[in-house]
Amino acid sequence: MDYIKYKILAKQISQTKGVAELIEKAEDEDIELVWHRFLKQQPQCAFGQLGVCCRNCNMGPCRIDPFGTGATAGICGATADTIVARNILRMIAAGAAAHSDHARDIMHVFEGTATGKFKDYTITDKEKLRNLAKALGVDVEGRKDEEIAIEVAEILKKDFGKVDEEPMALVKALAPERRLKVWEEAGVMPRAADREICECMHRTHMGVDADPTSLLLHGVRTSLSDGWGGSMTATLLSDVLFGTPKPIKSTANLGVLKENMVNIIVHGHNPILSAKIVEAALSEEMQKLAKDNGAEGINVAGMCCTGNEVLMRMGVPIAGNMLMQELAIITGAVEAMVIDYQCIMPAIVDVAQCYHTKIITTEPKAHIPGALHIEFDPERADETAKKIVKVAIENYKNRPKERVRIPKYKMELLAGFSVEAILNALGGSLDPLIDAIKDGSIKGIVGIVGCVNPKVKHNYSHVTLAKELIKRDVLLVGTGCWCIAVAMEGLMTPEASKLAGPGLRKVCEALEIPPCIHMGSCVDCSRILIALGAVADALGVDISDLPVAGSAPEWMSEKAVSIGTYFVSSGVFTHLGTVPPVLGSQKVTKLLTEDVEKIVGGKFYVEPDPVKAAETIYNVIIEKRKKLNLPL
Amino acid sequence: MQAEKMIVYIDPERCTGCRSCEMACAIEHSESKNLFTAISEKPIPKPRIKVVVADFFNVPMRCQHCEDSPCIEACPTGAIFKSEEGFVIMNQEDCIGCLMCVMVCPFGHPYYSTEYKSIVKCDFCIDRVKEGKEPACVSACPTGALKYGNLSDILDEIRKKKAKLIISGLKVEGLVYTKQVEEKKEEKLNLPDLKRMYSQVSWY
Repeated sequence: MDYIKYKILAKQISQTKGVAELIEKAEDEDIELVWHRFLKQQPQCAFGQLGVCCRNCNMGPCRIDPFGTGATAGICGATADTIVARNILRMIAAGAAAHSDHARDIMHVFEGTATGKFKDYTITDKEKLRNLAKALGVDVEGRKDEEIAIEVAEILKKDFGKVDEEPMALVKALAPERRLKVWEEAGVMPRAADREICECMHRTHMGVDADPTSLLLHGVRTSLSDGWGGSMTATLLSDVLFGTPKPIKSTANLGVLKENMVNIIVHGHNPILSAKIVEAALSEEMQKLAKDNGAEGINVAGMCCTGNEVLMRMGVPIAGNMLMQELAIITGAVEAMVIDYQCIMPAIVDVAQCYHTKIITTEPKAHIPGALHIEFDPERADETAKKIVKVAIENYKNRPKERVRIPKYKMELLAGFSVEAILNALGGSLDPLIDAIKDGSIKGIVGIVGCVNPKVKHNYSHVTLAKELIKRDVLLVGTGCWCIAVAMEGLMTPEASKLAGPGLRKVCEALEIPPCIHMGSCVDCSRILIALGAVADALGVDISDLPVAGSAPEWMSEKAVSIGTYFVSSGVFTHLGTVPPVLGSQKVTKLLTEDVEKIVGGKFYVEPDPVKAAETIYNVIIEKRKKLNLPL
Repeated sequence: MQAEKMIVYIDPERCTGCRSCEMACAIEHSESKNLFTAISEKPIPKPRIKVVVADFFNVPMRCQHCEDSPCIEACPTGAIFKSEEGFVIMNQEDCIGCLMCVMVCPFGHPYYSTEYKSIVKCDFCIDRVKEGKEPACVSACPTGALKYGNLSDILDEIRKKKAKLIISGLKVEGLVYTKQVEEKKEEKLNLPDLKRMYSQVSWY
């Protein structure tokens, strides 16, 4: 019997070159992939798709009949409105938890570096540390970096778990005044990252908050504790530890794997380990060891957001985005896939068993059965990284050479656009960008973020939406899997400005930047917030007045729900390309897509078709321009 | 012989694809008839009903218990036969696994289980029906996509519903025989619409 039950139409699955041939290879070798598993899940339960299934207590599970003939309330009496709102709040909580816990890990290393406990890390960007300290009100004059860092860590640590009603210190320090006022008035000012997440779990417990509006407003607060708090902390401290990204050239797609080298893929989200793996792999000692083992050297490539982290700072090539993690192993050329956490499909262990690839888990909080666990300890970072690289090198001899197939496709890209780097490209001030927006050569800015999802054609919506928007003179900034998607399509090269409208093209050519700007990993959506805040302040308006929008065309993760919500809560019109599980309640749907705008200035808009979405997003930008009396 | 034909009426427009019917069917055909113990039984209890995706609809496919059953005709050992109630049932002991029934069934219903070493098919939950209960799949359906009853009662219900739609002009536009009998209510969510939303960007 064939292991693969349904053969899939490989050529229709993805926008990205090289994907189809590896899917076909997997099918020839009887290896199941994410798309096969997706088909096996069909039909997917509509109670789940609509968000009307509640499993929060053991009187249940309960579900509401969407046709209105069966049950209209759960056993406790919770209606569809309550259940849908509770479920989406739990999604926000999980997303914010993932980001903020990631931030805590970086904070731990940051503090340990300052106190001298972790000797393998250094404070790389001293200027950024000082700027952050000043923003937080820490005295920097005549003090040592380590002293400042310890004090900064103390303040940021409190942002996680403090119990008073004061806003989070980082939120107060970095969010624009006008925004703070909006949040204050709406009663959604975040007080502490862990507290808001904890309160989400409390409110959604049996018999607590049943009002959809109140539940969703807490969702707004929780998401803000992520965007302007947790994610922001992760970005800032990663920059301080590993350096603030500067424009850097690299390549993307599976063709970055090298036939005669030891290939190591770093996969996950946290740069603390992946940066060390890259350093270890580049060391002479390891390169020599690789040669002794018959390889020409060591090639480290990224996957997902840890890939984005090392791409932004070290120019490490990126092999693909989330749905391509199994395909990287299918090439047969990967000696080790080193993972930390988030967006790692447990299936990679099963796929790896069909090859020689070693899956190495490193985080105490992310184990996968069947993987090799080498626990990462920041106190012995270099040592652990070397140990991991050695495992990969020693595995090179086991590579099944006759089964290796690396697609030839790879694409040049220019990444590394932190807010500082953008300012630098603009000549030190925002003015050229503001002028371009004012005179209409750039109509607006759209931040595109988010995942890839087997519900839709892989990378198609990402690329189509991007092309449609740059054609209309809209500058794109983005993070995460979107960046990898458009980079593989060539949209992150300065030459891609040929595809842009005449106004945007002129700006891109003058500054030698691509029309799609890579701002980093998914926690780096916080960079987009900072950029929006700066543009708003420069124009003397609120973020919700700006001709800007957000989009997550192929989102799937709970983190994306949190990101989408903090975009909306920051005043941004936000497009979602896959339908969120809220349609079971008309009230919640209306709250998210209409009413929320009156409270925080932004709202959600759902449209799977990227061409239609681009048109609507553009129209929203034009409306905002009209209100600001800017030329159309 | 019962005077009325008992049927399970399938309404794909109401099927949400939750597959509760599949689960309930497997439990009903387990030793213990209890979810928590059934999952560890050997052989593993198997569902006789399957929800299949067809275009934008989910269709719960089950045995139609045909009047003139091709499977009974084709079965060389007489393992498949008609019960007193008119249900097409089988005696597993007599099944030789020749798969003739599989080949002749117009609905793709019976299948072969390597674990049972015989054909598996729907028995209309004959024991439950005899006790005056609905078949397990029908009881488990949370939206009424599966309806159990005698044919004439169900047809009466359907006729009434369709008649109402026709005279209200809701079904056939412009075809209004009398005044509108039903105010157009707030738009209910249409599940096929949810799927159609993805039609521009789906690959499968």
